[in-house]
Amino acid sequence: MMPERRSVSAETTAATMSRPGVPQTPVVELAQGFWARVWRQFKRNYLAVMGLYVVLALVVMALSADFLANDKPLYLVYKGQTYFPVPYSYLVAPGLAQWPLELLNVDYRSLAAERAIFPPIPYRPNQIDLTNPFAPPSPEHWLGTDRLGRDVMAGIVHGSRYSLSIGFVSVGIALVIGVLLGALAGFFGGWVDLVISRVFELMLAIPTFLLLITIAAFLKPSIFYTMIIIGLTGWVGMARFTRNEFLKVRNLDYVTAATAIGLPNRRIMFRHILPNALAPVLVSVVLGIASAILAESGLSFLGVGVPADTVTWGSILNEARSNTFAWWLAVFPGAAIFVAVIAYYMVGEGLRDALDPRLK
Amino acid sequence: MIAYLVQRLLLMIPTFVGITLIAFSIIHLAPGDPAELRAGGGLGAGAEGGLSTERRGAVDRALQEWRALYGLDKPLHMQYLIWLKNLFTLDFGLSFKDSQPVWGKIVERLPATIKLNVLSTALVYLVAIPLGVYSATYQYSFGDQLTTFAAFVLFALPSFWVGTMAIVFLGGGDFYYWFPPGGLQSVNYSPAWPWWQRLVDQAWHLCLPVLMLSYGGFAGLSRFMRSSMLENLRQDFVLVARSKGLAERVVIYKHVLRNSLIPIVTIMASIIPGLVGGSIIIETLFSIPGIGQLSYEAVLARDYPIIMAVFTIGSVLTLLSILLSDLLLSVVDPRIAFSRRAV
Repeated sequence: MMPERRSVSAETTAATMSRPGVPQTPVVELAQGFWARVWRQFKRNYLAVMGLYVVLALVVMALSADFLANDKPLYLVYKGQTYFPVPYSYLVAPGLAQWPLELLNVDYRSLAAERAIFPPIPYRPNQIDLTNPFAPPSPEHWLGTDRLGRDVMAGIVHGSRYSLSIGFVSVGIALVIGVLLGALAGFFGGWVDLVISRVFELMLAIPTFLLLITIAAFLKPSIFYTMIIIGLTGWVGMARFTRNEFLKVRNLDYVTAATAIGLPNRRIMFRHILPNALAPVLVSVVLGIASAILAESGLSFLGVGVPADTVTWGSILNEARSNTFAWWLAVFPGAAIFVAVIAYYMVGEGLRDALDPRLK
Repeated sequence: MIAYLVQRLLLMIPTFVGITLIAFSIIHLAPGDPAELRAGGGLGAGAEGGLSTERRGAVDRALQEWRALYGLDKPLHMQYLIWLKNLFTLDFGLSFKDSQPVWGKIVERLPATIKLNVLSTALVYLVAIPLGVYSATYQYSFGDQLTTFAAFVLFALPSFWVGTMAIVFLGGGDFYYWFPPGGLQSVNYSPAWPWWQRLVDQAWHLCLPVLMLSYGGFAGLSRFMRSSMLENLRQDFVLVARSKGLAERVVIYKHVLRNSLIPIVTIMASIIPGLVGGSIIIETLFSIPGIGQLSYEAVLARDYPIIMAVFTIGSVLTLLSILLSDLLLSVVDPRIAFSRRAV
């Protein structure tokens, strides 16, 4: 299998090199060839592939959280009528539909339904049951309940949504700021670089976690704010990578050529250089997702930045601090954080190795 | 050398002013008023709900006096300039909580944090350097791959999770009581104990927090050491040493190891910034009365002067440690000249 693929790629490279007169096609083919090579290299690293599977599983879990853990049944036959309450709630939430009167604010579990199929975890993450606090793991509550009787398993399944969205949104913010500043510093050099490098130094020297908890504690607790502040404090790594790549590429012939034909700087920076500088930034994006997840769980572990009715992995772990007998509150949410973080690390490391030209 | 030093120190000034400006504006522009908070929160709402006008007036006057006491009644830019002026005499103002000088409170909390960080850094170096040397000398062996993988897993384990688990299972939860759940001294601690008993008590309390602070650092430093060793193993002088017939042990420990330690020395300077902001979570988790716990409490209580002081000290230490590691690099390795290094 392997040698075959290799010969194919050798052919394409040979073909592109034999047609130097045609400028557009070789560029496209070379670009494909690069990422195909990276992917082939990545696939050989089974730890990285495993990490990728875990990340995909977490994404699937986050997307289907409502179908995995919900107090509403997936399928319900009640008074001769058939309902699909979980999918239907997606219509109700944006106001496209109304609950039928007999299902309005009803407790599905005590409903005398003819048939009902519940999700595997028949609880909402923030469903309070004060009669059953600190229940250890049991067939009813697979991973136990917390101090308000909320199901831990449901909290972990739905918590994957917060960790996923915090990872992606805050890294997205960091990427935009980092690439922009790094590109400016690396492309223009001189005093622009000097000023922007001062900003890097500033962000490196400021105690970041203290900054995070200060802002998070001073603002109204909100997941949305948490995403933004993690993004606003986490861009330095990406900016430095982008800057270094731009510095390397800036004096290559194709950049000089683009300048010579009078292209505007903006176009040279973002259409010509950036695609070539993106690969190392990609590694720091993947690793950045892991550190954003860690930062968010650290914040909610300390109890800042998360509203009281929101259940995140860190906020469940926070309850274990004051209730040290409830071992299930410590073990499971922390394991979720660990699995997510190490999966992103593995993907990031695999990507770094795959992108490293010395390891070919 | 002097010119280089002066240039670096001058470039630090705008960075420092920038950091204090950012911290100052975040702290002071955030919604919420420490005076109201201190007065019990609900007073603002109470005014509409039944407080008579003269009582409301009295409360307002009291709040006004309190603000004047801490200089909070002046315009923001004046407050910042006054804060900056006082900084030159290491006067960080008075804590909102108990009107004690902030500097004194920080000095009082410093020993616990220093103990914690120095011990954990020492542990990191003691474990990671032998690991790195081993991994490099037996490159690609099973042991190399195992230690690399183990260090990687440790790196990914969030310390607040492992710390919580340690308290739950080993620190006086419902399981084992091998370690104290927190604090730095036993409840019945007395200064009259013989020195060894005090030492044992202290060590017993420091075990878990030091371990939690250090295990994450094994991976980074051992990888660093490994690549540094590998780089030197490829050099010609190793070939010469081996062809002279020197024992492999001598080649590794005398020739390669010494050269590989050069970059390690320089990153030692990075211990310093950890002394302030590095251990907030661990100090809070294990109730250790250090700077981390002080700053966390200050953030929750909106004790502006303390937060500003921690920000300032933390960032100055980091800036100085970056400079120090650059200087160290050229001291231990004379091949590196100051003038050629990019600023």
